[in-house]
Amino acid sequence: MSSEWPLWEVFIRGQHGLNHRHVGSLHAPDAEMAINNARDVYTRRNEGVSIWVVRSSDIAASAPSEKGPLFEPANAKVYRHPTFFDIPDEAGHM
Amino acid sequence: MVQATAMQAVVDRAALFDFLLGMGDNTLILGHRLSEWCGHAPALEEDIALANTALDLIGQTQLWLGLAGEVEGKGRSADDLAYLRDARDFRNLLLTERPNGDYGGTLMRQFLFDAWHYLALKGLRSSCEPRIAAIAEKASKEVAYHLERSRDLVIRLGDGTAESHARMQEALVDIWPYTGEMFVSAAHDLVLAAAGVAPEPESLKAEWHALAAETLRAATLEKPEDRYMHKGGKRGLHTEHLGYVLAEMQFLQRAYPGASW
Repeated sequence: MSSEWPLWEVFIRGQHGLNHRHVGSLHAPDAEMAINNARDVYTRRNEGVSIWVVRSSDIAASAPSEKGPLFEPANAKVYRHPTFFDIPDEAGHM
Repeated sequence: MVQATAMQAVVDRAALFDFLLGMGDNTLILGHRLSEWCGHAPALEEDIALANTALDLIGQTQLWLGLAGEVEGKGRSADDLAYLRDARDFRNLLLTERPNGDYGGTLMRQFLFDAWHYLALKGLRSSCEPRIAAIAEKASKEVAYHLERSRDLVIRLGDGTAESHARMQEALVDIWPYTGEMFVSAAHDLVLAAAGVAPEPESLKAEWHALAAETLRAATLEKPEDRYMHKGGKRGLHTEHLGYVLAEMQFLQRAYPGASW
């Protein structure tokens, strides 16, 4: 039965002020039930103050096969890290 | 114990004990019924959701029966009351011991009970007994969610496919004659209502009927006429089903008295 229901990705905000974090996925026939199910599956131990759900099919993702072209060029570019500045003493710890 | 003694001063201890047993036995027996679905529900998400509801009800049982034991004053704990009484001493509504049926039948029973439970707890929140009001306050939040969920699913399945509609209508007709007992006053109910400890069962009837009617209409289900209503649970006269529930639930304590882990 559950295989007929679409898949939803669940995001929970643990505390006020923090971001929603992806916690997992579940099946549900629509958004309202996805939120109810998320409440029952992912907030049983008082984990959350807010729930977002989104249809998994609505998420656009980068292709794992393009990992090389997408991410490896950044490897050899240490100058993109802000590690080559002398911090004036007056600025203190950063 | 000081608080328990204070409670006895306001109303008859036996009446209060009967009432608290009723609240605790309803949640205990229905909680056990729901737990029978654990691992068997039609979808993983439903399985967890129903188990959560069962756990909420068992948690409430500990509070009601714990207080009942204190009021009785014979040193019986919530566990003693749950596991070492026979069917004749249980005070739950017959509705709660009805077999689960199919998933739709379980949800229909749940909705009809949740609606009553929600209204009963709403009344108990303003009980003149602070400990009863405190338990009602805590349980209300859980039960508000139970009601939201069972109501939603009854509407979805009633107003679903031809098969789900037919099953829900059948479940409704089957369980309806067990709803009248929720509004019947036992002798202890009148004593407690007069003292301001608990609302009179009859007083919840109009609002319950309105809530049921509104939900059943949205579910495109036909609300049965009020005809013969089964009763007796509140006096300890149960259907044959309760014995089987207790046999399973109490087996361990009966076979190995005092076992704990």
